[in-house]
Amino acid sequence: MFSFLVKRLLQSIVVLIAVALIAFSLFKFVGDPINNMVGQDTTLDEREALRERLGLNDPFPIQFYHFITDAAVGDFGISYRHKIPVSDLIAERAPATLELSIISALLSVFIGIPMGVYTAIHRKGFISRSFMTLSLVGISLPTFLIGILFIFLFGVILRWLPTFGRGEVVAIGWWTTGLLTWSGIKSLILPSITLALFQMTLIMRLVRTEMLEVLCTDYVKFARARGLKENAVNFGHALKNTLIPVITIIGLQLGLVMAFAIITETVFQWPGMGMLFIQSIEEVDVPVMAAYLMMISLIFVGINLLVDILYAYVDPRLTIDGGSKHG
Amino acid sequence: MTLLATKNISIGFPSRHGMFVAVKDVSFSVEPGEILGIVGESGAGKSTVGNAIISLLQPPGKVISGEVWFNSKRIDNLSVEQKRRLRGKKIGMIFQDPQTSLDPLKTIKQQLVETIDLHLRLGRKGSEKRAIELLEQVGIPDPQLRMHHYPHQFSGGMRQRVVIALALCGEPELIIADEPTTALDVSVQKQILDLMRKLCIEKNVGMILVTHDMGVIAEVTDRVAVMYNSKLMEIGDTKQILGNPQHPYTQSLISAIPRPDKRIERFPLVTYIEDVIEPQDEFDLSSHWLGQSRDFSMQVEEDGTILQVKDLCMRFQISNSIFKSKRRYLDAVKMVNFSIKEGETFGIVGESGSGKSTIARMVTGLYQPYSGAVHFLGKEISAINHTPEVLAYRRQMQMVFQDPFSSLNARMRVMDIVAEPILFHKLAASKEEAQHIVLDLLKLVGMADDAYTKYPHQFSGGQRQRISIARALATRPRFLICDEPTSALDVSVQAQILNLLKDLQQELNLTMMFISHDLPVIRQMCDRVAVMQHGQILELAETEQLFSEPQHNYSKHLLSLMPKLDMITERPITVTAQAVQG
Amino acid sequence: MANTNSNSKLRQFFAGDLWYSFVHSPVALISFMITALCLVLAFSAQVIAPFDIFDLAAIDLMDADLPPPWTSDEGDSRFILGTDDQGRDIWSGILYGAQISIFVGFSSVIISAIIGIALGLLAGYKGGRIDSFIMRVADIQLSFPAILIALLIDGVMRGLLPRELHDELAIYVLIFAISISGWVQYARTIRGSVMVEKHKEYVQAGQVIGLPQHIIALRHILPNVLSPIFVIGTIHLASAIITEATLSFLGVGMSPTTPSLGTLIRIGNEYLLSGEWWITLFPGAALVILVLSVNIFGDWLRDALNPKLQ
Repeated sequence: MFSFLVKRLLQSIVVLIAVALIAFSLFKFVGDPINNMVGQDTTLDEREALRERLGLNDPFPIQFYHFITDAAVGDFGISYRHKIPVSDLIAERAPATLELSIISALLSVFIGIPMGVYTAIHRKGFISRSFMTLSLVGISLPTFLIGILFIFLFGVILRWLPTFGRGEVVAIGWWTTGLLTWSGIKSLILPSITLALFQMTLIMRLVRTEMLEVLCTDYVKFARARGLKENAVNFGHALKNTLIPVITIIGLQLGLVMAFAIITETVFQWPGMGMLFIQSIEEVDVPVMAAYLMMISLIFVGINLLVDILYAYVDPRLTIDGGSKHG
Repeated sequence: MTLLATKNISIGFPSRHGMFVAVKDVSFSVEPGEILGIVGESGAGKSTVGNAIISLLQPPGKVISGEVWFNSKRIDNLSVEQKRRLRGKKIGMIFQDPQTSLDPLKTIKQQLVETIDLHLRLGRKGSEKRAIELLEQVGIPDPQLRMHHYPHQFSGGMRQRVVIALALCGEPELIIADEPTTALDVSVQKQILDLMRKLCIEKNVGMILVTHDMGVIAEVTDRVAVMYNSKLMEIGDTKQILGNPQHPYTQSLISAIPRPDKRIERFPLVTYIEDVIEPQDEFDLSSHWLGQSRDFSMQVEEDGTILQVKDLCMRFQISNSIFKSKRRYLDAVKMVNFSIKEGETFGIVGESGSGKSTIARMVTGLYQPYSGAVHFLGKEISAINHTPEVLAYRRQMQMVFQDPFSSLNARMRVMDIVAEPILFHKLAASKEEAQHIVLDLLKLVGMADDAYTKYPHQFSGGQRQRISIARALATRPRFLICDEPTSALDVSVQAQILNLLKDLQQELNLTMMFISHDLPVIRQMCDRVAVMQHGQILELAETEQLFSEPQHNYSKHLLSLMPKLDMITERPITVTAQAVQG
Repeated sequence: MANTNSNSKLRQFFAGDLWYSFVHSPVALISFMITALCLVLAFSAQVIAPFDIFDLAAIDLMDADLPPPWTSDEGDSRFILGTDDQGRDIWSGILYGAQISIFVGFSSVIISAIIGIALGLLAGYKGGRIDSFIMRVADIQLSFPAILIALLIDGVMRGLLPRELHDELAIYVLIFAISISGWVQYARTIRGSVMVEKHKEYVQAGQVIGLPQHIIALRHILPNVLSPIFVIGTIHLASAIITEATLSFLGVGMSPTTPSLGTLIRIGNEYLLSGEWWITLFPGAALVILVLSVNIFGDWLRDALNPKLQ
């Protein structure tokens, strides 16, 4: 068990280093940082001096080492375009993205799982068939198109809800939240549903498939043969066995919500990290790209590690030794 | 008073090809305290009957006609809810595989208490007390502690005891046990059967025991129903059915059972069961490709030894850890020595996990031995490498596998399967010649003329095993390893395959290594036998000597567990080739 | 021999359960027919489209922003679905755009599948270090959704290539980006099946015969693990088309001069709030019809190939 977690931790670190290497390579190979920092009239000598001062002439491993140690304390340098530290940019944008992502993640889990369970239990029922059909539409509608349709319907035709920005926000320290004002909450509705919809259908279909498998197992059949009531069989035995394998994949999916937020943020002009990232790509603003990449992978790796611990906690087969197998 | 009676029930599964009738017009009854065996080969419909009684038929299966009566009440027409109330409370059920019958995420206690409280309404405390009593009754030592464990912490036999305890929770009057000991080792099998017998008598519970195993039937049942091809062939006292079967099918079935008590040369012809063309001796094998030009450049050693195994060991890593000290290993084979002489059949017998299959896989080069050596035709071949020289030796050695359903590539035609070794080793001058040889080989193992164009899934288990044998013969081997070649087959098919192997051995002067867990089969096939346990050979003796005077305690123990089939009387059995109507 | 071989394989297919359930499932039939129709329309765009949207001479700015003629008097009967801001016919745009979307989708699926099958087979069959390495790379890859990887690759390409060259190569950059992010699923599935298959006795039988490893892997194992690929491929096709559309919508995919469906939606999005809905909604509807029919077919195929759900 301990060994399992140590292994996972080591793996996570390897992943982070690999991502750091990619991020660092961006600096090395995409565009010339000096060109982005100085004006046209700087002489070659001055450029060379700057290059030396910034350590750009050091050997690759030493530069990489500096990059990692700087990144570890959140220093990704200065944005080529905004000319302010990347960490400030990210800190300013992060609350918007995190609020949006967390609300969407909660929505997709707390609606997706019950729907999946329902459709698995009432496999042939009318409602679950409709859910399944709807879910196919759900995974076939690209997120940006859902956003556009929402804007068109609720913003242009019905004029019920705001279609861009965060509304009024309240600052608590460096964090800004839209959850404390009415306009902030109204602004959050369309983007969060848009972002949640795809994950929700995915989770629902996943839970359904997994639960159908579990309902075919011998122990479910044996539970029925003992006369247990349908609810006891479905919720007492099948559900828990369904959720264990599902946890990992859901964890993985939720990690992706942050990345999918890029699209939602663009459609709703939501001032978060995703929009920042898209702009940075259009303008080849390497420090921002690198920082965003590292940030996303850190969160993702964190979620996965958490899921692993949770997994080990709920599955007795991982924590309690098998004991006598041959006897 | 009759506990349960079925009256002419038929069970069908609607499909696109129309209604598939799995059970036709079956009637039988069970008395309290009685064990009724339902015996039959795979596909006979015996499990379907059990599932129908407890109304757990796999959809879309349903009872299409007939009635089921329980305690003088008709139960097949009850509502879904009423049927559920019968389950567990009146009729209990035990499934085949204890590994998968228990919810892996709940402790034994949670599962027991849930069921007891549902049926007996004893409350939490009372249910717990009852759970401990039940575990004690089924022979779980230290139940107070053990009940807090999860299923994966129990061994297979112990789990099946837990399953039985769970089936007893509602104090049912009838228990349906579907192959309850098939997944267990013989020594555990015997204990579980004894336990079930004891419980039936003590609690005056009736039991339907569904099984394919005549040994189990002989051991515990009072009466037997014999099913074949969805129909009930014969029902009667166990003694009468085994000793004096009336129906030709039953006669044929019983004649196919390997006798533990004596060796017979061949099994009586069992043409009743499967369409098979008896191998015809139209070949003169000595002039045929198979017998001709066999590679005798490699000589057996002077004393006739073809295979010698020296100090063979195999070790598997069973749990990995970053700390070396925490890694755990299983020594599957420990310092095994034996040698096999040309022309003999050498048997290895042991329970599952004894290491017998591992030896076969090291001899054929599928596993690299941890240490020790394998000498074949005087050459050391234990290292896995494919130099042309070693390949030439390996070609002399082939293997027939256990599972006929996975040992043939489902995406290849029979022709390509059998031709592949011939073409690969360039044993035929042309593709046409290879195809001719394949046709001869298929005929030799008793396959129909058109078999070569088909795919493996179009054949039954026994026919596939014949194809598998034909493939093994296609490299013209001198040494054949058979790893449980019949343990996945029905008993009548087993008899045919064993006959075939015996014939082939004689005609081709094959040397065989025959691996089995089944002592009666070993007795019929082998000249010498090695008894294995925990990776070691405990006793190595001439077959007849082993069966008459076993030396090692474990051999004695194994022999004592052999099914007692004394009821089968000695008499010439005339098996007719008459087919069953419908 | 080869001829009779394929003949009877075909015959087997038509007699098989899959064909039976296909013919008897209206859902499967309809979704398949719509998909096929989309493909035919898109790939005959050069023939059936009323206007050539790449021909700048044929575009008249006077025709810009015309609504569909059947919704408003301002419409022009030449433009059945209206025109965009530059006066291009929306219907023609959809046909050409779908062609690009489908081309990108299919190419990405094929490349992903080839990479994924090869790596999955290698990892599953060889095991050990090679397996760990490939699967770790897959894990890392999986940590980044396709969109993010594609965005990143696009960003890098923008940094490396001059602007015009980038626009010209955009379609290949897209295909590369989408296929690089898609191989993992194939590799994982194939690896899983290979790990099961390689312990089966027919593989051991091949080893006992003495067949070399590459023959066992390619001739024996590979044909037995391919069937889930069709399901993954179908569903991946839908998601590849969506990914392409999304990237183009975000402005990092196809340029407005050679628009895909996503680009068309992006162009129209700017005019949506001012009421010119047709520029966005018609390409959007085309995209949804295409992806939905592919998805429904894939969903049916998965259920039909899963014996447990029968």
